Amino acid sequence: MERNPLRRQLQIMRKSLFDQGYLDEQFVQLEELQDDSNPNFVEEVVTLYYRDSARLILNIEQALERKPYNFHKLDAYMHQFKGSSSSIGAKKVKAESTLFREYCKSGNGEGCMRCFQQLKKEYATLRKKLEAYFQVARQAGPMETACRPK
Amino acid sequence: MMLGNCATSSSLSTTSDEDIVNNNLTALVVDDSPMIRKLHDMHLKKFGLKVQVAENGKNAIDLFRCGASFNLILMDKEMPIMDGAEATRELRTMGVTSMIVGVTSLDSIFDRQAFMEAGLDHCFTKPLTTENINFLLQELNKNNEEN
Repeated sequence: MERNPLRRQLQIMRKSLFDQGYLDEQFVQLEELQDDSNPNFVEEVVTLYYRDSARLILNIEQALERKPYNFHKLDAYMHQFKGSSSSIGAKKVKAESTLFREYCKSGNGEGCMRCFQQLKKEYATLRKKLEAYFQVARQAGPMETACRPK
Repeated sequence: MMLGNCATSSSLSTTSDEDIVNNNLTALVVDDSPMIRKLHDMHLKKFGLKVQVAENGKNAIDLFRCGASFNLILMDKEMPIMDGAEATRELRTMGVTSMIVGVTSLDSIFDRQAFMEAGLDHCFTKPLTTENINFLLQELNKNNEEN
């Protein structure tokens, strides 16, 4: 058991992110790439994700304001967004992206709208949780090699 | 020793013959996403490769035209200015024999097949995993031994 209180807190936060389904195995792959010469690699990648994906979120929002919906375009945007989200292991966000694409394929505009609102909630929640996590991580200092959640 | 799943700095501290072989290998990551470029750059460097990045297919072509060469090219499909399929076709027309690996989020078999037919050696779903990279390095080292 981790004795350092900050590292202990970090372990608890990390476990919670996995147990509550916010993150998946891909996040562990990111952690395994982080080392002493790149101690903030995971945070940097996540920061780039939120920067890149903000543009896609905006594109989807704008596309949902135009009627009739262009489901092909919506699907294409969400496909890109899903790919990016997969890259950081954003499990719930990815799940909502998959659902959105299914609504696109079936031409269900209301489903798309509802799903998109839920997706944005998950996206924002994950961002807050990761920001809090990285803040503690910076205070705690470098950790040991990433371990897979049980 | 082929580097396994946990390519941490501690596991990189022992040099083996295959580490030396990997250190001679060069790679070009071609992707319009800064996040993916960073991810694949780091992933490949962990395995000892020297890595450069390009934002789109045209930039990749320009690098080759300026005399650069790489053992491995990771090529995204959907990019502005010049996409991955067009860039791959152009590189093959130029006589580039590097291993070109498509790394795409395309989920249609038809789209993947079309991308492969542009001249790829392999095509994976992004992001690349440690297992994918291990496989590619084995293929690259095999090709080097044959030549």
